Amino acid sequence: MKPYRIFALLPLLALLGGCNAIVLNPAGDVAMQQRDLVVISTVLMLLIIIPVMALTVFFAWRYRQSNTSAPYDPDWDHSTHLELVIWAAPLLIIICLGAITWMATHLLDPFRPIARTAPGQTVARETKPLKVEVVALDWKWLFIYPDYGIATVNEMAAPVGQPIHFRISASSVMNAFYVPALAGMIYAMPGMQTQLNAVINKPGDFKGFSTNYSGDGFSKMRFDFLAKNDADFGKWVSDIKAAGGNLGRTEYLELERPSEGVPVKKFANVDPNLFHLIVNLCVQPGKMCMHEMAAIDAKGGLGLAGADLVQRIEYDKSARRGSAPVLAKAYVASVCTTNAPMGMEMTEVQQPAPVSSTPLQGAGLPRPGTTFQSFAPRPSNS
Amino acid sequence: MFDNPELMKAIFGRLTLEALPFHEPILVATFAVVAIGGVALVGALTYFKLWGYLWTEWFTSVDHKRIGVMYIVLALVMLLRGFADAIMMRAQQAMAFNGSEGYLPAHHFDQIFTAHGVIMIFFVAMPFVTGLMNFVVPLQIGARDVAFPFLNNFSFWMTAVGAALVMVSLFVGEFARTGWLSYPPLSNLAYSPDVGVDYYIWSLQVAGVGTLLSGVNLIATIVKMRAPGMTLMKMPVFTWTALCTNILIVAAFPVLTGVLALLSLDRYVGTNFFTNDFGGNAMMYVNLIWIWGHPEVYILILPAFGVFSEVVSTFSGKRLFGYTSMVYATVVITILSYLVWLHHFFTMGSGASVNSFFGITTMIISIPTGAKMFNWLFTMYRGRIRFEVPMLWTIAFMLTFVVGGMTGVLLAVPPADFVLHNSLFLIAHFHNVIIGGVVFGSFAGITYWFPKAFGFKLDPFWGKMSFWFWVTGFWFAFTPLYVLGLMGVTRRLRVFDDPSLQIWFVIAAFGGILIAIGIASFFVQLAVSIKNRDKLRDVTGDPWNGRTLEWSTSSPPPAYNFAFTPVIHDNDAWWDMKKRGYQRPLEGYKAIHMPSNTAAGIILAGLSGITAFALIWHIWWLVIVGFVALIGTAIGHTFNYHRSFHFPREQVVKAERERTQLLQTVRA
Repeated sequence: MKPYRIFALLPLLALLGGCNAIVLNPAGDVAMQQRDLVVISTVLMLLIIIPVMALTVFFAWRYRQSNTSAPYDPDWDHSTHLELVIWAAPLLIIICLGAITWMATHLLDPFRPIARTAPGQTVARETKPLKVEVVALDWKWLFIYPDYGIATVNEMAAPVGQPIHFRISASSVMNAFYVPALAGMIYAMPGMQTQLNAVINKPGDFKGFSTNYSGDGFSKMRFDFLAKNDADFGKWVSDIKAAGGNLGRTEYLELERPSEGVPVKKFANVDPNLFHLIVNLCVQPGKMCMHEMAAIDAKGGLGLAGADLVQRIEYDKSARRGSAPVLAKAYVASVCTTNAPMGMEMTEVQQPAPVSSTPLQGAGLPRPGTTFQSFAPRPSNS
Repeated sequence: MFDNPELMKAIFGRLTLEALPFHEPILVATFAVVAIGGVALVGALTYFKLWGYLWTEWFTSVDHKRIGVMYIVLALVMLLRGFADAIMMRAQQAMAFNGSEGYLPAHHFDQIFTAHGVIMIFFVAMPFVTGLMNFVVPLQIGARDVAFPFLNNFSFWMTAVGAALVMVSLFVGEFARTGWLSYPPLSNLAYSPDVGVDYYIWSLQVAGVGTLLSGVNLIATIVKMRAPGMTLMKMPVFTWTALCTNILIVAAFPVLTGVLALLSLDRYVGTNFFTNDFGGNAMMYVNLIWIWGHPEVYILILPAFGVFSEVVSTFSGKRLFGYTSMVYATVVITILSYLVWLHHFFTMGSGASVNSFFGITTMIISIPTGAKMFNWLFTMYRGRIRFEVPMLWTIAFMLTFVVGGMTGVLLAVPPADFVLHNSLFLIAHFHNVIIGGVVFGSFAGITYWFPKAFGFKLDPFWGKMSFWFWVTGFWFAFTPLYVLGLMGVTRRLRVFDDPSLQIWFVIAAFGGILIAIGIASFFVQLAVSIKNRDKLRDVTGDPWNGRTLEWSTSSPPPAYNFAFTPVIHDNDAWWDMKKRGYQRPLEGYKAIHMPSNTAAGIILAGLSGITAFALIWHIWWLVIVGFVALIGTAIGHTFNYHRSFHFPREQVVKAERERTQLLQTVRA
């Protein structure tokens, strides 16, 4: 058995020298700390793994049947001392590893603003992080820089040494945002927003991609992460500003249609509210935003009046993917009440003109139809 | 009639001629091979007049031993399909560089990796362990069958029908393109409107009924049917692991059934549990599926641990070291396996405290697992180790599994998981534990108990061939994936743009070929052993100098397993009996009360399959017909009063006398 194993490893050793293990050799401080954890945990566990493997081979060889000189003790099946050792040894290692895990998980929580940009270099209180809003589309990445009012597709840049604060969402299905050189991954989910705090420490061109399978075009859902010094980053921004191009709600709805292997695109102007609308699934004019629905629900819902809202809040992109649901959804088209026993026609459900993008408050929401009188919050059941 | 779309839709639902993949040459070729093979098999069975034999002796059998063997056969057949998927993936990933798209379009590749995962977990690993438990547990506890023999037959056929549905999806329609756990929103109607996810849902729902019922059955068997004297702490370790596994099944599988039911409600009647709309939440699905999914991992590995415990003690000729701590370790793993599910998605953005809680509980599982590893190690210590094939698998397991365990604990550190999650490192990790644990364990178990099932040993030369090709193939196939994971390569990619990665995929593909030779060697081993069965014959019933009760009866055991229920004084019951000079009783046989065979199981499962197929294709009239027939048959079966018979005394006497004579020829 042993010689085979060694042969198996030989070509790998030769190759290891030539491969670029970016996870073990990243360019960002967060990723470096994560790399350190990988190494420390591995070494800690090797403390017990290597003796076990060595003992397995040694015992197998020493107590082979043909070796009659080795002791044979067929009824020996218990030793309190040994039992203590074999439970305590893994326990001690797990206690160490558990303590490291607890601290590191809190310190490297992706939602937590970073405290340092490099070992020994704490982030000053007044430092403003670079804000980037990331949207995973089918199947490309949209980056919005709210501070600069620009947006890019499949390429992002960041200045070396400045903390970056990502807010991440998706347009249709679940993805994960990952730049191995920069920091660990975090899921990008529709209707939700995750965050990532990181910093890049070396200039260079790195790769980013999705790490959660999202359909046909998943393999090509890659982007360039350009780490630039301040001057180059400034130039990158001003070049985009100079080149023109506008990303508003209409352009976004065109952009989010499924497409693969999309070349880099840049937009000099971007709707400042776009990311907020994307997270709340209401880029399409006339759709009710999720936070509005949540606010209404929090106040007890709309009761009867909610019935005709259903069509307006549906966020179904199946038509955009070139396919329609097999079963058509049913909607409440008319409601009978004691005041109108024959039912009230709800004719006002046609698409209204684009709503203003200022957030609507539940209480002040314009009523969908005129037939309904004012509705008080539903009394609590308790 | 054919030009009336409304009528066609009413009759065939969504099923049209376009659903047959005539446009995919790979599938047409596969279909041709399967069809020719199928016709040849049917022809051979007809020619040799084996249909009646198969029907009365196997398909309708309620004998736990036969059902166990059928589970293993199902697993071996599905292993070929699942492995074909694996080789196709390896070939695609080794080719798709430098602008090449490889040979598989996304539509096909995405089905392949989904089917590979589903088949390998549900229809290879599960039938392997269920088959071993079914065959071995009643024999180990001195019982004559399981607690509910008919249910056992029904469970097997439900599993088989689930597997059949996955196979049907290959040639009628398509399978899911979502990954093996079908996360929404991707698996929801808006993004997967085709039949693929429906095939996924219904094959797992049908098979899940079988798994759940077999779990109930084995728990009842182990709790209620142990031979006198066998207290819980005198049960063989394999039976202990079987008990814990089945408790896990009964507690976990309803969650899978529930979450898939919610997904099908989303898909069939427009509810919004996991949609983006109307406050649906896909994260809920991810949580629920892993609340089933993590215990599932232990459902698979615990029986494998049990096999290794039996094998290491038998082939070291020594009592198992630390029986009590082995049992407690198993129980602790059983309980802890419910407290770790979130480690599958640290990257979803739970808070740091939640992530570290689940990370640390995951690490704690490695303590009892480590204790087990040491127990096996110290069982070998001061033993007389015979390197028969089952023992080789066990040693390879011990050397392989610790590496998988180590990378597993590494992935349990949330910040480390952030850089390795969903990467090929993760793929390498779980293949490291599932192949190194479950598959090696299954082959060890099959080789170990094969002489018990059929009365002759498996050919050791081809067994060693299979072993060496599997083990070296495994390391060639998955070490490169560890490296690729550290290079930041993620899973489920179809094409690559970095040419420096290609060499690693080529090495991995080479490992796949070695494993293919290993699998082929296993089938050669079966053929050679059947051919040389007289040379490999074992008449003692105890070919390995075994320690537990199954070795006390003949090989193959009679339908009733034991003419007299044994009395147990030690956890190595048979070893203890041998040591005390046990004499087989030669007189006083009685007729034995046994369950009757029934066709109800296969009929009910077949009707479930038809109903599921109709649900997948929206053939509503057939759904109604199938469902009514299903309920009707189930009710009808309750009026079957011929559930059992008495195995005649004369036949018991005859069988036992033959065995006495055989044993005398051995002694002489």
